[in-house]
Amino acid sequence: METLLEFWVFLKKRKKYWLFPLFLSLIFLGLIITLSKGSAVAPFIYTIF
Amino acid sequence: MNILGISSFYHDSAACIVVDGEIISAIQEERLTRIKHDSQFPAKAIVECLKIAGLNISQIDKIVFFEKPFLKFERLLETYLAFAPLGIRSFIKSMPVWLEEKLFQKKSIKAELTQLGFTSDQLQELYFSDHHLSHAASAFYPSPFEESLVLTIDGVGEWSTTSVYVGKGHKLELKKKIHFPHSLGLIYSAFTAYCGFRVNSGEYKLMGLAPYGRPLYADLIKEHLIDIKEDGSFKLNMDYFNYCTGLTMTNRKFDKLFGGHFRFPEQEIAQVHMDLAASIQVVIEEVILKICKDLKETFSIENLCLAGGVALNCVANGKIKKSQMFKNIWIQPAAGDSGGALGAALAYYYHDQEKARIVSSEEDRMKGSYLGSHYTDNEIESELKRHHLSFEKADDEKLFDLATDMLIEGKSIGWFQGRMEFGPRALGNRSIIADARNPEMQKKLNLQIKFRESFRPFAPSILEEKCSEFFSNVEKSPYMLLVDHFKEKYIIADMGELQNAKGMELLNIPKTAFPAVTHVDFSARIQTVSKMTNPIYHKLIEVFYKKTNCPMLVNTSFNVRGEPIVSSPHDAINCFLGTELDVLILNNYIVHKKSVSASQLINYKNKFNLD
Repeated sequence: METLLEFWVFLKKRKKYWLFPLFLSLIFLGLIITLSKGSAVAPFIYTIF
Repeated sequence: MNILGISSFYHDSAACIVVDGEIISAIQEERLTRIKHDSQFPAKAIVECLKIAGLNISQIDKIVFFEKPFLKFERLLETYLAFAPLGIRSFIKSMPVWLEEKLFQKKSIKAELTQLGFTSDQLQELYFSDHHLSHAASAFYPSPFEESLVLTIDGVGEWSTTSVYVGKGHKLELKKKIHFPHSLGLIYSAFTAYCGFRVNSGEYKLMGLAPYGRPLYADLIKEHLIDIKEDGSFKLNMDYFNYCTGLTMTNRKFDKLFGGHFRFPEQEIAQVHMDLAASIQVVIEEVILKICKDLKETFSIENLCLAGGVALNCVANGKIKKSQMFKNIWIQPAAGDSGGALGAALAYYYHDQEKARIVSSEEDRMKGSYLGSHYTDNEIESELKRHHLSFEKADDEKLFDLATDMLIEGKSIGWFQGRMEFGPRALGNRSIIADARNPEMQKKLNLQIKFRESFRPFAPSILEEKCSEFFSNVEKSPYMLLVDHFKEKYIIADMGELQNAKGMELLNIPKTAFPAVTHVDFSARIQTVSKMTNPIYHKLIEVFYKKTNCPMLVNTSFNVRGEPIVSSPHDAINCFLGTELDVLILNNYIVHKKSVSASQLINYKNKFNLD
């Protein structure tokens, strides 16, 4: 929760409010993926993500 | 003020301690965990840095991280959005990593630091620097310049891939930047991957391969892949790259453009790969030189500092030097992400806290990059005894005499002295050294000792005062970050034979009287050794020079392919016992391979994953 709040403050500062709904939906989708996959596998490319 | 700088979670984690603006210690985590390019939180490096600095945890006033994780996450979200619905596979792969680790980096850093014993008060004001500011700070603040242009080029930080700062006194001012996905580092990495080398470590191999090829594809690259403006700014054509949305660097269109010559790792290297390497090298040099020219014209500042992964491209650095656009150039030896730890700490002290900076035009403030651990004679002797090795201990004079005699006999020596280097290069304290005049040495070192590809060149360590006798453009290159060509009078190659040779055939033609350190284009990646920063190494080369009239030695990092450079006497002994190194010298202790029994030797060749 602390991280979510901090990210909200960050977006406010950057004036990128429109990213927050996207962020929440991605978190939701990501959680589903995480739960269904079980493990985190780093992509085999340059670590830009 | 005691500052702890940290870089981690992507590649080459590191820690450093800066006390009142002075760099006290800096270590990459890989050296201690023995995992090449280790990206884990640098807990071991922090403990070791504190030990070297003689500080305990409670004495740390500020903890600084080298970049801003949220800004990176913002880039990730916006990139997915820009390319949606493409990128779903990459999203599926990367989101769990972000959700489990990277988004909560602040929390993870705090948890790791708490485990080490830092108090909640110390963690309250954790400071996050900016990735490219950290690079710029790592280049400018230790430099010997009061005022300088600072150019940072890498794969990508948060958003920036190329930045220009002007540094003056204690301030760094951002002047220009280029954003992701347009990146010189990433286009170079794309070719690295296409030619079958590993991204993030194989770029160096691609650079070494380039002189074997011809830049036949340079025009094609400029026509289709990169749009270069007169001021050096550039845009990549993302139709050919896959790194924004996929799990590879390049796509089918890229492969088709270059005739379908994608090379899998460890496959034979064909002429086309050498030509591709030469082509991308020429293109990035053109971009960098255009950027430099524009900066010189715009700002009229005579000094240039460089950092970021692309600043490790010593061939391009050599071209900047040769262009004489700048009176002085200084490059951060840990130009990659490990140096970000150092830059973050320095940025906080000077840029943020506005502390006065002491600049000496004579020497930089990197202390030769000898910022890591050192070991006493007692520690070394007990390690040798623990391994049941026969050894002799020589005083300094005898040591230099014996070591140089063995070098002249054609022996390779594992040379371990003083404090470990910070950054990717071994600079004479954790090095394998040999006679540069020996025509068999390159092959022997590559195949029998380093277990690596035969085409890879070695660098010379040359007495600083002798450098300009052998090279035209470089007088000083303490961190092995400049390439220059041997002067014509040292070239012995038969030019006709050389012109008819292609690819790897070039390797077997003697080029200068120093074949082990001369690349196929007569160039060398120079390390100048000064009496001031490394008196022991300087003395060794000086004694060798007196005996042979040759003021240079082969210097390659003390490790095998895929292994981090040795850190401790234990690591050095293992590497010595696992390779065909002839001699091991740790401080003043000498161990001969001939005194080692077969049962003491270890199988080392497959111990590390290939890089």
